[in-house]
Amino acid sequence: MSVFPFLSVLTAVPLIGALAILGLGDKRRDRARILALVFSFVALALTLILWHRFDSTSGELQFQELHAWIPSLGAEYHLGIDGLGLVMLLLSALVVPMSIAASSQIRERERLYFSLVLFLQAGLFGTFTALNFFHWFIFWELSLIPAFFLIRLWGGPRSASAATQFFVYTMVGSVALLLAFLALFQCTGTFDFPRLSALAQSGQLVPAIAAHLAWHRFNPEQIALLIFGGTFLGFAVKVPITPFHTWLPLTYAEAPTATTMLLTGAMSKMGVYGFLRIVLPIFFPQIRSVLTPLLWLAVLTIVLSAFAALAQKDLKRIFAYSSINHLGYCMLGVFVAASLTGDAASLTASKTAALDGVILQMFNHGLTASALFWFVALLEARSGGLRGLNDFGGLRRVIPIFTGLMGIALFSSLGLPGLNGFIGEFLIFRGVFPLSTWAASLALIGLLVTAIFILTILQRVFSGPLNERWSNMPDLTVTERLAVSVPIGLMFALGIFPQLVLGIINSTVIRLVQQVRY
Amino acid sequence: MLTVSYSALLHLLLPEVMVTVTALLVLAADLLISRTAQPRLRFTTGAVISCIGCMGTIVQILRAPQQANVFDGTLVIGPQTQLIQIALLILTILIVVLSMGSSFTSHVGEYFAVTLFATAGMMLLVSSENVLLIFLSLELLSLSLYVLAALNKRSSHSAEAALKYFLFGGTSAAFLLFGLSLLYGLSNSTNLVQIAHAIKNPPLNPLLAVAIVMIVLGFGFKVAAVPFHFWAPDVYEAAPASSAALISSSAKVAGFVIFYQVMVIGFAGAEGGADWRSSTPGWVPVVAVVAALSMVLGNLVAITQTSVRRLLAYSAIAHGGYILLALVAHTEQSFDALLYYAITYALTLIGAFGVVSIVEQGGGEKLSDFAGLSRRAPVLSACMLVFMLSLGGIPPLAGFFGKFFLFASTLSAGQHRLGLLWLVVLAVAMSTVSLYYYLQVLKRIYIAEPPSEGRRIQVPIVNQIVLCAIALGILLLGCAPNLLLRWL
Amino acid sequence: MLAWTIYISFLGALVLMLPGVPPRAARGIALLAAIAGFAVTVSGLLRTANGAMATIVHRSWIPSLGIEYHLAADGISLLLVLLTGIVAIAGVLFSWNIDHRSKEFFALYLALIGGVYGVFLSADVFLLFVFYEIAIIPKYFLIAIWGSTRREYAAMKLALYSLVGSAMVLIVLIAAYVIAGAKTMSLLALSQFQFPVHFQMWAFPLMFVGFGILAGLWPFHTWAPTGHVAAPTAASMLLAGVVMKLGAYGCLRVAMTLFPRGLDPWGFTVLGLASWNDVFSLLAVIGIVYGAMVALVQQDFKFVVGYSSVSHMGFVLLGLMTLNRIGLNGAVLQMFSHGVLAALLFAVVGRMVYDRTHTRELAALSKMHLSKAIPFAAVTFVLAAIASIGMPGFSGFVAELQVLIGAWSAFPICVVGAGIGIAISVAYAWRAMQKAFFSDTGLKDTAPLLPPISMPERFGALTLVIASLAVGLYPQWLLNLVIPALNSPLFDGLRKGHW
Repeated sequence: MSVFPFLSVLTAVPLIGALAILGLGDKRRDRARILALVFSFVALALTLILWHRFDSTSGELQFQELHAWIPSLGAEYHLGIDGLGLVMLLLSALVVPMSIAASSQIRERERLYFSLVLFLQAGLFGTFTALNFFHWFIFWELSLIPAFFLIRLWGGPRSASAATQFFVYTMVGSVALLLAFLALFQCTGTFDFPRLSALAQSGQLVPAIAAHLAWHRFNPEQIALLIFGGTFLGFAVKVPITPFHTWLPLTYAEAPTATTMLLTGAMSKMGVYGFLRIVLPIFFPQIRSVLTPLLWLAVLTIVLSAFAALAQKDLKRIFAYSSINHLGYCMLGVFVAASLTGDAASLTASKTAALDGVILQMFNHGLTASALFWFVALLEARSGGLRGLNDFGGLRRVIPIFTGLMGIALFSSLGLPGLNGFIGEFLIFRGVFPLSTWAASLALIGLLVTAIFILTILQRVFSGPLNERWSNMPDLTVTERLAVSVPIGLMFALGIFPQLVLGIINSTVIRLVQQVRY
Repeated sequence: MLTVSYSALLHLLLPEVMVTVTALLVLAADLLISRTAQPRLRFTTGAVISCIGCMGTIVQILRAPQQANVFDGTLVIGPQTQLIQIALLILTILIVVLSMGSSFTSHVGEYFAVTLFATAGMMLLVSSENVLLIFLSLELLSLSLYVLAALNKRSSHSAEAALKYFLFGGTSAAFLLFGLSLLYGLSNSTNLVQIAHAIKNPPLNPLLAVAIVMIVLGFGFKVAAVPFHFWAPDVYEAAPASSAALISSSAKVAGFVIFYQVMVIGFAGAEGGADWRSSTPGWVPVVAVVAALSMVLGNLVAITQTSVRRLLAYSAIAHGGYILLALVAHTEQSFDALLYYAITYALTLIGAFGVVSIVEQGGGEKLSDFAGLSRRAPVLSACMLVFMLSLGGIPPLAGFFGKFFLFASTLSAGQHRLGLLWLVVLAVAMSTVSLYYYLQVLKRIYIAEPPSEGRRIQVPIVNQIVLCAIALGILLLGCAPNLLLRWL
Repeated sequence: MLAWTIYISFLGALVLMLPGVPPRAARGIALLAAIAGFAVTVSGLLRTANGAMATIVHRSWIPSLGIEYHLAADGISLLLVLLTGIVAIAGVLFSWNIDHRSKEFFALYLALIGGVYGVFLSADVFLLFVFYEIAIIPKYFLIAIWGSTRREYAAMKLALYSLVGSAMVLIVLIAAYVIAGAKTMSLLALSQFQFPVHFQMWAFPLMFVGFGILAGLWPFHTWAPTGHVAAPTAASMLLAGVVMKLGAYGCLRVAMTLFPRGLDPWGFTVLGLASWNDVFSLLAVIGIVYGAMVALVQQDFKFVVGYSSVSHMGFVLLGLMTLNRIGLNGAVLQMFSHGVLAALLFAVVGRMVYDRTHTRELAALSKMHLSKAIPFAAVTFVLAAIASIGMPGFSGFVAELQVLIGAWSAFPICVVGAGIGIAISVAYAWRAMQKAFFSDTGLKDTAPLLPPISMPERFGALTLVIASLAVGLYPQWLLNLVIPALNSPLFDGLRKGHW
């Protein structure tokens, strides 16, 4: 137990910032963006301090805070982070300033916009640090509200239906998740994630279910599977996994691009995080029992989304489907981590590699995808809102610096070695291949198709004959160059030196793999 | 006691004598002194004298509590009897005071005198257990009421209604007498207790069954129970307001009391039972059926009425049905409930007719004439609110408690626990229905807009005071029923 | 001390009926009375060490019948009295602009509140019934005189349904009284009397349905949307917020404590249902889903809220039927939560929107850009909407959570149904919110000039939102009242064999 409530303070910082922005008078509206940036930098600084004080060698939960909240309901105020949590916090703290920096196009109701962004950040921080379902669920749900309004009020022409779809889909998933956890609470009397996972490890979960939930036609194994199904649904919508992904392309396309950065950079990771923190440690026997269908779902996610991206004409939609694709790899890694084939040592090694890859991929994709959408935002600003694949052509002659920097981001997304995108995917395949060769092989198709559409973008937008319309397009300003170079620099750094992140998560991953061992 | 001295008899009958003397005094005063004066003055004088007389009588009754049983049950006086007599006198006082401002007839002295005669008849009626005296007092009461109903010579409606009343009444009196004479034939006595002894042996003598039917018919007419109720709507609608008030209030009280006494005491062995699963022949099933029909018919037809007076008439039929439940139960507790209910009901009706008579003077007494009354006469409307809600059985008014007490005592009395549940369920259901039409009246009063040329109604101060007093009394009796209960 | 809540309300009503009081002062007097009642409640709460039943007044009333004037409060009553206080204050604030026959309006309002306080504080079943009936007549007049759409029809329908419900209760009440020896009407004494099982088997459902009508039990709920829509704002706030809870309270406090064996299995099954417990929980779930589905297709804003009330009350009834601790906790908490939220929703729809725009059609409202014209109303409605769909952090979540946990062990199928209901509620809430406030044509157009949201409205809205948030974030305060209350001997019969 730490003395200084780091995590609570961290979550409180963006909250206070949001309220401060709302409290700005009418005269000072233009300061909203600056204020938001300031607060997000404070949060970033805090996160870095947290990193500094984090003990990377231990895989245990650190900076824990535990207070009773509603004793009769088993709800506690329980915070804590391990390597996984820290990485997510770092990602959120990074993506939010990037998003704010990219939001120069927001001219209406700025106070509301930026306060919503900071509310969202508070929600993210809360989700990634909570260890008690009640507490965690509050942040999980509450982060939907700012996201909804961000999409709805500043979005494109179809923002109404996009936002509603987004909200309703996620809520339905959440309802399933809630019901499943309530059933779990009824059986075990606790909402605490570590405790539930301990129960699952010691094999006491299913007997507890048998004791409390006697549903006539089902045996305890089936009931446990149903409960797992509920939680799976809740997170599957969020990731998203095919076939629950249909909300995503429209939402990403219609949201204001700066918001899409947030959505893809941080919010989508909430789903995978959920799988790693909640589903895997508690329900790994159930995952194992339906492993093949799950792997199929992951593979379909990867492959179908890649093909879909290939067919898109809107840059944002391409990147939207690409996001689904990249997170599909994460899901692949998560699912195989619960499998049970091969002898112990290589099993552990493969699983460790897979999970390392998953977390690394989460961070890297968050970074890269945000950067990509940032570039799209910059492009939109210059083209007056156009972002179709065929709207441009030969831009490298007019805006060479932009081309170069965006090219780096594109290649990173493609998975070029030397850039950050490669390591994560490599590790995932390294882990999945031995454990489920067929899935890995099929997933390779995704890699291939990804390469095709990325190169297509490069070709259509930047190469080829110059589209006369854009012959006067201004290149990146100095501020923009400086700002964008941060993520680009990180891409290089992480590509060359992935140990930065791997170092944080390794112990945690090892511990996680131990947890799902039999 | 078979022999008693005249002075002792006079002593026992002093209350009735006082009332009769008051009647004669009023008559004298009117004929001799104020024949030529204004109607208002005549009415006021008559009312004052009557009130003083009645109040004196009440004092006399209170001062000299008696317990007596004279001439083989001809005159039976006990604390309960005296309470009923006091209640009847109070009701008469209220009616008389409320009629002070009216001018429906030029026979003022006769009006008061006949009212007092009716009162005397009622007082005698409730203190007898001998069928002869019962019949005599009943006739005294009835004839007085026929006259009272016809007093408004200017209205042909009124005359028609009174004639109907008289013809119906006469016929039913004949039936009653026939039944009573059958009883005499069966038992060789005119005393109710002895009659009961004589007819106790089952199985039911067919002649006895005829007697039961006749007597139920006779009394049923008096209390306007279905199917003997046809006179009630017309009389209530057309008789002068004070007469209608008297008919519907104190006459009802007396009628129910004597009905109860005759059936319960006189036919003590022949009750039978009206339990749902185990009914046995006797007078109880007959009364139960009559009660059920009254409740249903009274409430259902009242829904369709557009005249407030007719509405009150049908509601009176319905309330009669409820009170008959006490007869079906025939226990000590149910008699208390009957008394409580009848007295509070009588009070309510007097108040209701008081309001109706004032509204009538301003136009008519159709529902539409009550529109926007709350704006034109707020105090009057508040009183009517109390009366209507009490009739509907809304707490904390007396009507609610009366119903509750009645239903509880009825249920307690079933031979097998809850045997009479069907009656109580019917009663509660019909009571709920009744609220619909009471709310209709209140809707007109409070919600509808007043007619554009409607101006404030001038309510005489005396009437206002009396009506408020009655309304307060109903509220009080509802909130603290014990006030009345401990005397029962 | 708590009895003063009742007395102050009736006294206030009486004062308002006096001819000398100026109409402008009416709302001030009403507000004073409401605040005084609330203050009394809070002081009573602060003094309560635990949530057990504590007698306030105990006097004999009609000794020959064993009826007493007995007021007592346990945690559940206190919680509901608190709710009444909050909603009453908010209701008066939202009626600040009424000037047509305002004295009578506030007098009737206070009379209604007095009756409601009385029901929650009665420990003698006769007394409870008296207050229950007293509350019906003011409702009728409030709707019939100051209401809107088809007000006379709606008022009569509401009154008649309520009266039929109370008639059913009265019948069972008298029957139970007689069977128990006609000696007492005390709740505690009657709850300990062992009624014959076959009696309980018909008495329980009759009484439950009688009270359930007022609580919006499906399919007897049809009076509720009509009545609430027609009623003036303050009345709908009170009706949906508090009066529907009278029914649920009656179900718990009277029906379930007096006739616990009525919930036992019959011994045979009909369509898969084996006891009244099964039947009513099924009806509750149907209510949840049906209410939500019908709300989804409404064109009138107020009807959306009206049907959502039916849906949320379904949760209360489901919680009651789970017959375990957590479910009952959830039911009582949901009574509080829905009370506050329904009041808030009706306040926004009725007072903030309808009084200004004079239309409740969603299609018409969507052209008015209300989020720009009356932003306060938009924000309030958003908060109210997310609270009512069960978003964590607000009171609805904690309540529904507990009901669902309780229902898992009792009726798993019902939980799935309830979950579907929640999902549909998201849909209708979102649809209404979008259409009314955030219409499609974007932020470009100018909004019509509407009067701004006045201070009393802001206060009222703030009170309700804070109440919901406070309970959502820290429900332990209220749970500390409810949990000990469920320990009392009143619920002995219910406890045997159930939890």
